[in-house]
Amino acid sequence: MHELAVCQALIGQVTDVAQDKKASTVSDIYVSVGPLSGVEAPLLQNAFPIAAAGTVAKAATLHLDATPIRVHCEECGAESEVKMNRLVCKECGDWRTTLISGDELMLQRVVLGEINV
Amino acid sequence: MCDTCGCNVTPAADDHAVEVLQGLLAANDHEALHNREHFSRHNVLAINLMSSPGAGKTSLLEATIEALGSDLRIAVVEGDLETENDADRIRKKGVPAIQISTGSACHLDAHMVHDALHELDLDDVDVVFIENVGNLVCPASFDLGQHINVALLSTPEGDDKPAKYPVMFRAADLVLITKSDLLEVLGDFDPVAAEGYVRQIANPAPLFNVSAKTGTGMDAWLDWIRSEAGSRV
Repeated sequence: MHELAVCQALIGQVTDVAQDKKASTVSDIYVSVGPLSGVEAPLLQNAFPIAAAGTVAKAATLHLDATPIRVHCEECGAESEVKMNRLVCKECGDWRTTLISGDELMLQRVVLGEINV
Repeated sequence: MCDTCGCNVTPAADDHAVEVLQGLLAANDHEALHNREHFSRHNVLAINLMSSPGAGKTSLLEATIEALGSDLRIAVVEGDLETENDADRIRKKGVPAIQISTGSACHLDAHMVHDALHELDLDDVDVVFIENVGNLVCPASFDLGQHINVALLSTPEGDDKPAKYPVMFRAADLVLITKSDLLEVLGDFDPVAAEGYVRQIANPAPLFNVSAKTGTGMDAWLDWIRSEAGSRV
């Protein structure tokens, strides 16, 4: 259950952004999560209210965007969408592939609420 | 427009939306980078040992220290939920061991390792082993500043662990199949199948069969450490 630690890191970043923009509240937080990041989206969603309590993000909605796992084959050059424990090329079956997407854990966007001018 | 799905909410003005594009673990990764630089500046090789609980990390370290203690100066950072038992076992072998008690935390992070390094004089060390918390899930997400990740897979756990825990085994630079003395007794752990599962997650890491108890296969592991440590001095 490291999702709470991850969520606390997220709140830290969101708080920095809000302070930087002189915003007192945050309404929406957009995060992309790949299955290979090692973070489970539902657990992150559950941990969010706990980490957000008492912060600028206490009333914010967390939007999680699950990215697909895609690999590029070093052998035949094909790109395939694959399962997390089978990162082999779907075209030629070779295992020598490079991950194109699927391990992201990234804060994409923050929508601010009230801004103090 | 309704009050159910949120479509009645007015979209925020553009100046309220801020593109961030930053990894959620940026603070940890920053500290990890700092740790790695600290190790490298002192010509120290840092190895992060990860496995499930009971896969034999401490036993492997004990046997490794006994075999390498006269060639390389070793120190150990021990991550454990509560006790100092593992650190005590390491200290009995005559090398410094810094215990990080994580409480109920399920992994080490770069900040914890940074704090532990304050207690260690790296001028007197060639190799630091970081024994992570026994857990095949959480530790994989946190860079500690190590140079190399080693994942242990003990034979009683089954040869398909890399398929069940792909995030962990994808991060491994070396996989040690530990308790290999039990291969014969168990009969159902196939090291070739284990290698197949590691390849299926596109990981080219070598796999060594080792038994810390009998010493079988330890030479390949010890030579590998010597070679990795030598390339950093």
